[in-house]
Amino acid sequence: MLLGIGAVGAFLAVDLGAVAYANDWIGSRFTRQSFIDLFESVSGLHPGFRRNHAKGVAVAGHFESNGDGAELSEAAVFAAGTSPVVGRFSLSGGNPVGADAPGATRGLGLAIGFPGLHQWRTAMVNLPVFPVNSPQGFFDQLLASKPDPATGKPDPAAMAKFTAAHPESVAATNIIKQHPPTPGFADSTFSSLNTFYFVSGSGARTPVRWSFVPRQAALPAAKPGRDVLFDALVRQLKSGPLRWDLHLVVGAPDDPVDPTLLWPTDRRVVNAGVLVLDSVQTEAPGNARDVNFDPLVLPDGIQPSDDPILSARSAIYAASYRARSGEPKSPSAIQVDEVAS
Amino acid sequence: MSTTARFPVRSRILHWLTAILVFAALLIGFAMVNSIGSYAALVALHMTIGITILVIVIVRIVNRFTAKPPNWPATIGRVEAKIISNSERLMYLLLVAQPLVGWAMVSATGRPAVVFGVPLPRIAPFSDGLYFALRQTHSVLAYLLVIVIAAHVSGVLLHTIALRDRILSRMTFGVRRGS
Repeated sequence: MLLGIGAVGAFLAVDLGAVAYANDWIGSRFTRQSFIDLFESVSGLHPGFRRNHAKGVAVAGHFESNGDGAELSEAAVFAAGTSPVVGRFSLSGGNPVGADAPGATRGLGLAIGFPGLHQWRTAMVNLPVFPVNSPQGFFDQLLASKPDPATGKPDPAAMAKFTAAHPESVAATNIIKQHPPTPGFADSTFSSLNTFYFVSGSGARTPVRWSFVPRQAALPAAKPGRDVLFDALVRQLKSGPLRWDLHLVVGAPDDPVDPTLLWPTDRRVVNAGVLVLDSVQTEAPGNARDVNFDPLVLPDGIQPSDDPILSARSAIYAASYRARSGEPKSPSAIQVDEVAS
Repeated sequence: MSTTARFPVRSRILHWLTAILVFAALLIGFAMVNSIGSYAALVALHMTIGITILVIVIVRIVNRFTAKPPNWPATIGRVEAKIISNSERLMYLLLVAQPLVGWAMVSATGRPAVVFGVPLPRIAPFSDGLYFALRQTHSVLAYLLVIVIAAHVSGVLLHTIALRDRILSRMTFGVRRGS
């Protein structure tokens, strides 16, 4: 009998110990929750909103493929034809009601082919390179840029420590400074930054980075104010569709996967078609508000590279999505009906 | 009736296959939500294992009605028999419900679940409220599975080692003494 109880005790210790270990109840590791907690400590808790790129507006339209991308990828989206698109423009940061800063990173999330079986989701920004090349680097940068409560500014010592530890981010920041932001959302180029592999029907794998390149200039907002960038975008979308060309940049096998590094400028570019955004909505249930623009929701014919930022983004976006989906919602800052057209 | 009668071979294979896959799915599931570097790979594996379990358990339910299990040993009394058969029904229910809830939860985010690289049709409407309810349910069912499986294994170990009624040998392979 004692032996039996001992055996059961040993089994339960191993079994429940494994569950506890897998759940991270033992000790503390660097997890996606570390990022969620840090976003909340930097920007405050804003229930129902994304933890980063919290301020945004929903858009919809379609992607008109010209068929030229099919040379690189067998994904259905690159066959000549049209795919529906839902998307969201956003500004970086965890504050959903902050003032639009011209220098804040602008985001464009797209779900092409939503909600079908062969969707392609991408979350892009208006930068030439990503400022960090590892999840730890992202965390350290966010932590170093957290405003000091005493001064309201980041602690210079913390930032100096970050730059000393992350020379790749110093180099990336210099590249970013050479590409100042455009006047608005409508004339911004939105890029994948991370590298993916496009797989053709014959099985050839090609490293690709993509950019959506604007066809229009940005109109100014009707009046200055807190939402000057979004107001200008909404106003322009109310007056007609906005278009971006999808440029697929064809990498060489030894081009860096590291997203802080540019590829050589002579790389071939395949123009795969045009993104047409023709409607804009206030964030609401069932529109882009509720889409997680997870960069690893990919159709057959597009595969992730081993850039560690990709899995980290997927993990942290999922944690943010789970948290906000269970929280009470409050109205988004950008109310489309209130923008003068 | 022999106390050393075994389950049919196909039942034993299905049982141990389920055991391995369920342990893997549970541990990967608990680990992946804390993982950063391996998150995407673990989620892909978890979804594939989960739907595989669903298929195997449906086969097992059919098999349960077509392959007669051996009798229980005499050490199991009437009350214990009732507890065991109810807990086994609960385990079947959980093993069907859990993959379906997982599949529905992914569907409610507006994307397909992907199994062995193949996208599955969505089985729930796109809704963040529904996603959240299913997501919480998925966690609750996971812990219920941990508890029911722990009870199942503990009972078998107690019978086999303390009562020496060879209950475990009904489900094992290989040559046994006295058979």
